[in-house]
Amino acid sequence: MSAPTAQAVSQAIGLGKHVNGPAGGLTILAGLDLEIGAGEAVAILGASGSGKSTLLGLLAGLDDATAGEVWLCGQRIADLDEDGRAELRSGRVGFVFQNFQLLPTLTARENILLPLELTGTAGAVRRADEALERVGLTARAGHYPRQLSGGEQQRVAIARAYAPRPAVLFADEPTGNLDQVTGEHIIDLLLDLRRDAGAALVLVTHDLRLAERCDRRLAMENGRLK
Amino acid sequence: MTTQPWRITLRLLRQDWRSGELYLLSAALILTVASITAVGFFTDRVEATMDRQGSELIAADLAVESSSSLPDTFQAESDRMGLVSARTLEFRSVVVADRGPQLVQIKAVDPAYPLRGQLRLRDGFDSPDRTIAAGPPAGEVWVESRLLRLLDIGIGDPLGVGDTQLRIGAILSDEPAQGGGFFNLAPRVLMNRTDLEATQLIGPASRVTHRLLLAGDARTIADIKPWLTARLPPNASLVDAREARPEFAAAVDRAARFLRLATLVTLLVAGAAIALASHRLVERQTDAVAVMRCLGAPRHLLMRVFVLRLVLFGLIASLLGCLLGWLGQAGLVAALSGWFPSDLPSPSLAPILVGVATGMIALLGFAVPPLVQLAKVSPLRALRRDLGTPRTSAALTLAAAGLALSLLIFWQADNFALAWKLLAGVLGALVSLIGAVLLLVRLAGGLAGRSRGVWRLGLAALARRPSGAVLQIAGFGIGILALLLLAVVRVDLLRAWQDSLPVNAPNYFLINIQPHEVEPLRAFLRERDIDENELYPMIRGRLIRIAGREVKPTEYENPRAERLATREFNLSYGEKPQPDNRIVAGDWWPDAKAPPQFSVEQGIAETLGIKLGDELVFWVSGHEVSGPVTSLREVKWDSFNVNFFVSASPALLGNEPATFITSFHLSADRESVIPELTRRFPSVTPLDVDAILKQVRQVIDRGVLAVEYVFLFTLIAGLLVMYAGIQASLEDRRVEHGILRTLGAGRRALLSSLAVEFTAAGLLAGLLASVFAETTGWLLAEQLFELEFSFNPTLWLIGVFGSGLLIGLAGTLATYPLLIRPPLQTLRRAG
Repeated sequence: MSAPTAQAVSQAIGLGKHVNGPAGGLTILAGLDLEIGAGEAVAILGASGSGKSTLLGLLAGLDDATAGEVWLCGQRIADLDEDGRAELRSGRVGFVFQNFQLLPTLTARENILLPLELTGTAGAVRRADEALERVGLTARAGHYPRQLSGGEQQRVAIARAYAPRPAVLFADEPTGNLDQVTGEHIIDLLLDLRRDAGAALVLVTHDLRLAERCDRRLAMENGRLK
Repeated sequence: MTTQPWRITLRLLRQDWRSGELYLLSAALILTVASITAVGFFTDRVEATMDRQGSELIAADLAVESSSSLPDTFQAESDRMGLVSARTLEFRSVVVADRGPQLVQIKAVDPAYPLRGQLRLRDGFDSPDRTIAAGPPAGEVWVESRLLRLLDIGIGDPLGVGDTQLRIGAILSDEPAQGGGFFNLAPRVLMNRTDLEATQLIGPASRVTHRLLLAGDARTIADIKPWLTARLPPNASLVDAREARPEFAAAVDRAARFLRLATLVTLLVAGAAIALASHRLVERQTDAVAVMRCLGAPRHLLMRVFVLRLVLFGLIASLLGCLLGWLGQAGLVAALSGWFPSDLPSPSLAPILVGVATGMIALLGFAVPPLVQLAKVSPLRALRRDLGTPRTSAALTLAAAGLALSLLIFWQADNFALAWKLLAGVLGALVSLIGAVLLLVRLAGGLAGRSRGVWRLGLAALARRPSGAVLQIAGFGIGILALLLLAVVRVDLLRAWQDSLPVNAPNYFLINIQPHEVEPLRAFLRERDIDENELYPMIRGRLIRIAGREVKPTEYENPRAERLATREFNLSYGEKPQPDNRIVAGDWWPDAKAPPQFSVEQGIAETLGIKLGDELVFWVSGHEVSGPVTSLREVKWDSFNVNFFVSASPALLGNEPATFITSFHLSADRESVIPELTRRFPSVTPLDVDAILKQVRQVIDRGVLAVEYVFLFTLIAGLLVMYAGIQASLEDRRVEHGILRTLGAGRRALLSSLAVEFTAAGLLAGLLASVFAETTGWLLAEQLFELEFSFNPTLWLIGVFGSGLLIGLAGTLATYPLLIRPPLQTLRRAG
């Protein structure tokens, strides 16, 4: 097992995930090595069930690997408990989900404020408003998610992900629930913001056109990267 | 990491409220607190009112009673504390008119008498009653009408009282404090205390009952009690308004028990609603928590935020509940303004503290376990919805709810026996409810396999989510149970209570009936269609030894025991116990020939320390009679039937000289029978207890009304639980219906399957609730209220079918909006 690379924001070494179900054991990931450098945009492509989302969860420290190790922002995930991992993610890791995952009880601005308040960031409201402006939704600041279209919801989610200025952003099928035109806009926004913030982007998708706009493309098949 | 849990808490709380997520939980919590505080405020006032009515029976809030003159310091201290006082002296004497002398019971009173209640006077035999809250002026006496008849005199005539002549000013129809027992009452004469000296009737050795009557606010009365108790002379005792009449105390006690029970039932039902609402809240918050965990919120921060959020929410909801409770009791008091005296005492603020504490305990007990689980939500759920909601530990849920329930029940019940029974009942009911629901859900699953179409879909929906179905049906069951219990208590138990004092309860007692008058009197009553009760022999006797120990009044610390030990008992004998008596220990004698033995009323046995098997020795007619105690009886003092503390077998007292006593009901329009009776049987004394009877009936009626009102809260809690039950499965249903509709299921088919599912759940819940309601009703009637309970078949019909219909309809209507929404929208919302 090799030591992590100093410049990598996220690295997987010999990563494996095996689950036991009623129908017997199932290997989702096996012997996977991956390194994502600072500011790099990496697309992980693959068919449904190929293990893309599992890999994303492991890289972000949301799940435990059954083999190998994961490093995130210079920390070995296995060395940290649940709260330690949360603290590690706090302010350093952003997420964009396929289902947007905005808190339905909070307005657009309050959704963006949430991670800033969790990290106790000074000038949180100003930062949230800047993020809203950056995604072009200043006028929608007081709207609740249910009052926004799918594209608008995803823009709020992107603003929420970038507002704390993370080192790495994980995006799980960010255009999966959107039409083609809206999807294009979202991708533009994701990549522009990544460039501005200098953050790494790990993008899970099965959309080839979207993958082509990233620095590097990795294909997943049967739990392995090709 | 610097965190701002307060800020996040406040933001989330505000948003929770705006989004409506907390409505159900708030409603359940506010209702719990409102019911507790409304009952708290209301009972505070009702009990004070009832005490005041008790006060009317002794014409004061507190009385010091003594066989010798009372120390002046007593009056001085009561004056100092700001209490109102009046002195009375009561004694037997002979008054004289032209026709001759007559033994009477004289009470000499201060002008301030009565301090509580009013006197009812008449200015002639046929004049209407008028009320007055003052004693007779100097030089005047007010007398009972039978004295006028016995002496053949009228109003305005002089009456010789000792060495002086006093003018008869009015007929005394009713007096709040009739004093003494019901028996041996000669006609009553009320005179002014300042005239007493002129009569020269009272000497140092006279047998006089001196009373110092006191009235004032409850706190001062409570304050002076210990002061007086510490200084009471050996032959004096305190008479509390509540101890004034056992039959009155029994009615007040029952009312209090009903009210406490009503509060507890509301608490239990609302607790179920809180638990269900929390469960739903957790389901709806899971995604948000997963996202927050993803964004880096550590567990301890989330826990702090949740606890703060819960405590803040609990405090706000509890205070709102207190406000509602206050309005609730004020509304009731306003609605019943005609029933209560105008100066109903205001409640204390203690119920607010009790309400807030109850709200917090209920919230922590029922809502914390599911909410604690929220902190355990895996952040991975933000990526994978199939991970579901973390399961709440059943042990933790039960332990927390059990602890909160026990705490609240023991605290609120204020009665260990009641609390234990209720707690055991609730736990037993819960375990059997869950067991029965599981069994029935399995049965529904089996039926689903054999049915078709909408039936299959509906029944399978029940069986598919066993834990959800258990929760839902248990919720419905508790809701329906609350409604049925309401019916049982409202209709059956309260009616049984009212029936315990039937409309034709005896309102006249006849005493001093000589043995040779028994048969002619019976014939006299029969000729006038008066349905008399049995005539019972009555023998006076003083208790001198219990199990070989001398009965010394000074050895009893309990003032009641001391009083009982000093006075003569009215003993009776008979072959059978009185119909409303219940043997609670030992056995009644088999027949008239049984060896000498006693049966003692259990309350007095407890007070005097008499146990089964103890040898009692009474001093009767100049000699000792003795026998063992072979049974203890429970007596319904509020039945107004003739009853005795001590009864003996005929072999023991059958040969002693006795007078007889009976009681009967006489309607108001037939009161002319009484003068006729006194003329035919001059030595027989009729006693009119109508006024006391009316007061007790009033207490019962007011109590019933209060209980019904308090049960309104239970009713709302029951409906809330059912609503929570329907809401509990809404999230699952959203997805299910979206999919089914996408697959081509028509609205009508889905609606029918919903109707089948909810109706089946309603029928099951109704069946279980009916079983529990009847059992609870029976247990409560027999064990707690000592009332006759009869099983009610209509309750079963209404319980089962009404529940099926109600829940079928409500559930279908509540879920209907899911069906009219386009399937994609439904699926998207759930996705």
